[in-house]
Amino acid sequence: MMQIPVSALIGGGLIGVSAILLLLFNGRIAGISGILNAALDPEETEGGWRLLFLSGLILGAGAYVWIRPDANPTPVAMPLWLLGIAGFLVGFGTRMGSGCTSGHGVCGLGRFSFRSLVATLVFMATGIATVLVVRHITGVV
Amino acid sequence: MPRLFSGLIAGLLFGLGLAISQMISQQKVLSFLDIFGKWDPTLLFVMGGAVAVTALLSRVVLRRPRPLFERKFYLPDSSAIDRPLVVGSALFGIGWGLGGFCPGPGFASLALGRIEPWVFVATLVIGSQACKWLSSKPSAQHAGARDDQSAL
Repeated sequence: MMQIPVSALIGGGLIGVSAILLLLFNGRIAGISGILNAALDPEETEGGWRLLFLSGLILGAGAYVWIRPDANPTPVAMPLWLLGIAGFLVGFGTRMGSGCTSGHGVCGLGRFSFRSLVATLVFMATGIATVLVVRHITGVV
Repeated sequence: MPRLFSGLIAGLLFGLGLAISQMISQQKVLSFLDIFGKWDPTLLFVMGGAVAVTALLSRVVLRRPRPLFERKFYLPDSSAIDRPLVVGSALFGIGWGLGGFCPGPGFASLALGRIEPWVFVATLVIGSQACKWLSSKPSAQHAGARDDQSAL
C-alpha cells in the first residue's frame, strides 16, 4: 500500500544539495522566505545572488515541467480570494517567525537548531489542524 | 561574480528538486497535511531526503573558517523560543493548510502557466510587508520581524 516514493527522496536530496552548496559557496541559508524578503528590501545592497537564486528556482521547476509536462500539477479548485488569504498568512507568518519550510525545516533541522524544530512542529500542527477543519469539518475544499 | 553564479546554481537545483518531488503540487501538500483523511506521506520523504543531506554535510561545511566566496557564514544568531517564532509559525501553518503552498513551491510555480502561484506570491509579499510595517511601529508589542536574519 505505502511504497517508498523514490522521486520524493531524489527531489528532496537535490533540495538538500542546493542548501549545502549555498552554504559552502556563499555562506547563506537557503530559506526561501528570507531570500525573497531580503531581495525586496531596498536597504539590502547585495541582492544580486538572491535575484539569481529566485530566477533559478523558477527556471529549475519550469524546465522540469517543460521536459515532463505530466509533472505540471493541476491546481486545487479553490476560490482565488481564499488563496489570497493563504498567501497573506504565509507571508506574514514566515516573516514574523523568521522562516518557512526551507529555512526552518530543511536548513534549520539539518543544523540541529531547536528553534527551527519548534517552528517546524508548530507550522505542521496548525497546517494539519487547518486541513482538518477545512476538509472534514466544514467540507469546503 | 562567483557568488551570483552559485546563487543561480543553488536556485536551479532547488527548483528542480521541488518539481521532481512533486512539491509544486498543492494537492500533494494538502494530502500530506490531511492525516485524518487519505494521508499522502510524500512530503515526509522529501523533507527526510533534504534533511539527511543537510544534517550530514552542514557540519562538514561549517568546519571551514569561511565559505568559498564570502568572508563569513551568515547564520541566524537567535536561539530564543519566543512568541514571534511560535505565533508566526502558527500563522504560516494556517496559510499553508489553506492554500497548499509554502514560499518555495509557490515561487517556483510562477512559470507553469497558471494564475494561482501569482495570486499566492503577490499576497505573500503583501503579508510580509504588513508584518514588517507592524513590527517597525514603536508601539507594536507583538513585533516579530528580525531584520538581521536575512537568511532565515
